[in-house]
Amino acid sequence: MKAFAALLDRLVLTPQRNAKITLLTDYFRATPDPDRGYALAAIAGTLTLKTVKPALLRELVLERMDEVLFRYSYDYVGDLAETIALVWQAPEDMRANRSPPLGEVIDALQAAGRTEVRSLVRTLLDRLDASERFAFLKLVTGGFRIGVSARLARQALADFGGVDAMEIETLWHGLDPPYVALFEWLEGKADKPEPESRTIFHPVMLAHPVEDRDLAGILPTDYAAEWKWDGIRIQLSANGGNRRLYSRSGDDISHAFPDIVEAAAFEGVIDGELLIGTASRAGGTTRSFSDLQQRLNRKAVSKAMLTEYPAFVRAYDLLFDGNEDVRAESFLARRARLAAVIEQLPSDRFDLSPLVPFDSWDELERLRADPPDPVIEGVMIKGLQTSYLPGRVKGPWFKWKRNPHTVDAVMMYAQRGHGKRSSYYSDFTFGVWTQAEGRDVLVPVGKAYFGFTDEELEVLDRFVRNNTVERFGPVRSVLAEPDKGFVLEVAFEGIARSSRHKSGVAMRFPRIARLRQDKLPREADRLDTLLAMID
Amino acid sequence: MKPDQLLYPTPKGLYCEAGGFYIDPVAPVDRALITHGHSDHARAGHGHVLATEETLDIMAIRYGADFAGSRQVATLGEVMTINGVTVHFHPAGHVLGSAQIAVETGPTRIVVSGDYKRRRDPTCLPFEPVSCDVFITEATFGLPVFRHPADTGEVAKLMTSLAQFPERAHLVGAYSLGKAQRVIRLIRETGYDAPIYIHGALQRLCDFYVERGIDLGPLEPATLASGGKRSFAGAIVVGPPSAFADRWARRFADPLPIFASGWMLVRQRAKQRGVELPMIISDHCDWDELIATIEGIRPGEVWVTHGREEALVRWCALQGLPAKPLHLVGYEDEGGEA
Ligand SMILES: [Zn+2]
Ligand SMILES: [Zn+2]
Repeated sequence: MKAFAALLDRLVLTPQRNAKITLLTDYFRATPDPDRGYALAAIAGTLTLKTVKPALLRELVLERMDEVLFRYSYDYVGDLAETIALVWQAPEDMRANRSPPLGEVIDALQAAGRTEVRSLVRTLLDRLDASERFAFLKLVTGGFRIGVSARLARQALADFGGVDAMEIETLWHGLDPPYVALFEWLEGKADKPEPESRTIFHPVMLAHPVEDRDLAGILPTDYAAEWKWDGIRIQLSANGGNRRLYSRSGDDISHAFPDIVEAAAFEGVIDGELLIGTASRAGGTTRSFSDLQQRLNRKAVSKAMLTEYPAFVRAYDLLFDGNEDVRAESFLARRARLAAVIEQLPSDRFDLSPLVPFDSWDELERLRADPPDPVIEGVMIKGLQTSYLPGRVKGPWFKWKRNPHTVDAVMMYAQRGHGKRSSYYSDFTFGVWTQAEGRDVLVPVGKAYFGFTDEELEVLDRFVRNNTVERFGPVRSVLAEPDKGFVLEVAFEGIARSSRHKSGVAMRFPRIARLRQDKLPREADRLDTLLAMID
Repeated sequence: MKPDQLLYPTPKGLYCEAGGFYIDPVAPVDRALITHGHSDHARAGHGHVLATEETLDIMAIRYGADFAGSRQVATLGEVMTINGVTVHFHPAGHVLGSAQIAVETGPTRIVVSGDYKRRRDPTCLPFEPVSCDVFITEATFGLPVFRHPADTGEVAKLMTSLAQFPERAHLVGAYSLGKAQRVIRLIRETGYDAPIYIHGALQRLCDFYVERGIDLGPLEPATLASGGKRSFAGAIVVGPPSAFADRWARRFADPLPIFASGWMLVRQRAKQRGVELPMIISDHCDWDELIATIEGIRPGEVWVTHGREEALVRWCALQGLPAKPLHLVGYEDEGGEA
């Protein structure tokens, strides 16, 4: 448990992706099975453990500690698991004991009956040190947040074994903790594991953004165009009764969309866009991305949620038709098969992404600039004769997005960055003007920490340091008056209403597009302009 | 004389009226007794200063030779009399030169511990328990959450990271008096003998420790001249924590921010400061040390000052030991030299 706890302590505080991967691969190298596999599962979110209620932990700690002292401690630390990890005092005779390995802790928890949990948790807390107790308590209270995605963990596995990340993604959902066969293969001690292949995740084919000269080199007659919808890319597998819905990175999101899973009465693997609303085959409309966000990241979906925010799939490709792997067939052949599959499925839950007829790239550009539906964010361009190629290969698929929105906003706060940027003010909160109590005031509308060059960062940082009004820890407020301040041109992908923000709006993917030293803050945009952009 | 007539808090600090002196006054006074050289305890501008030789030297390094009207060396263990009040100094184990000050008249003895700790520290003398009627203790880490791990394990974390990330400069934030030298010494004890780079603010105090016989190994200034951007890759650089948010830190290609402090025990603290590798190394007692010290000395009464007084007062109450918070202002319990 010691190595696992030390790993978590480092991961939580390490912002850089590459450094996280180094920490993970070093851990995989130094730790035996099954511990490393359980650690991997804990990090990637595939470990199912009995949970322990906070009330029980509180009772356990108060068996040995004055309540007032506990309250002072909890008030100071602010996190129950961390407080208990720190204040817990094992009896003298328990302290010299060997601390149990992670695998042993997990086995003991899985084996314990309901009435045994209390004494098991007490004994484990006695046997672990403070850092291990913290890791253990986070595991059993379900409060496990360390800033490592399942995807990053899989990348670390790929680096560890010297294989392509795609290979791991393909296998991932066919394997279970503690992943002994996976590690054996990655260490060259065994063959690649072969899970049953149809309900596992298959790496998706990705499109390249259209750049300056791309279209000049290809013929419109070789390509089909589809609208690019503002939903999320999914892969839907159905094999007998076994159905799985994956995100494009291979995370299993079936639990969040029981309505889709239930309607998926087909055999095969579909690639498509998940959207909210009703499929066009049932005459429905497509709703915005912010409606989709209501459904994402939810562990449990309520009945009201399912009624208010029904989901559907706009399908655009087929990887398996029944048992048959059709990925080597052409786009047109796959699409014909897909159309037949969709025809059999409930008309409110599934439709086929329509083709957009066009004769020239200029015509397509006009269509792209003025799409028929506000939930369209551009067009996809797909080679008619190409097969389904996993990964981002340049040539067969392009995405051509609508130009992003931009506004001119005023820098209000700046915060120091992390890692390489820890000596720079590189995270900026910006605002726009609005009327309050009869005068113009700035209201914050978003935060951005990229989009600028290193030279521009020097300029921004210098402005912050020379124009600080107040300091709050790592944050500074800066001069932001009608005639003095810094105007930033902010680009973003979309904007939605938000009750969590004071301004009432929330931007998607805001970034700093340009520094507008040529403008005065009074020339920056107003909140009304942003409200008008909400689609 | 009752203890609270012998010593009592005033806006300028803890005052002994009978002796006409203050202990660690926070404003200029005629006569000051100083426990140790940290800037919140040792200030410039007093008429007369009585402190250990090391503390006087440290004040001269920090404030210049004329930091006080006149000065007098307190030898550890030697009994002195000031206006009929007896005082004697004993090691506190906090930083080089740090002392507790015992103040007594007739049968009443109060020990002012100043800042102290009970762990082994290769850079100063260990704390010496002195029996007393009233023990005035600090409570910087006076909460049961503060149980500092062994410093060997904390230094081992740094050594592991150096091996894992040889391409990054390891920037260790450590307060310039005491902590920096202790951390360097602890690193040397692992057998690490490569040069350690130091921020200019540490130079004179490190030199002083070396003069006093504490071997810090090869130290070099962390200037760009000492070898261009790349040369700090895989090196240990020690500086005051404030410098890491400064432009100074930009000379390091891919810095890994580290902070050696007792506060690093609380993860949120480390996170807020952007620290990637916390080293929990404290120059103050943790909760267990505070309690063991009070249990060992068994004073008639405990007065608790800078820090989290309420928890320690509560603990004393549970033991049936009279205790009260002593509200002194001007000492830093956070962000200061902890
Ligand atoms: Zn001190
Ligand atoms: Zn102090």
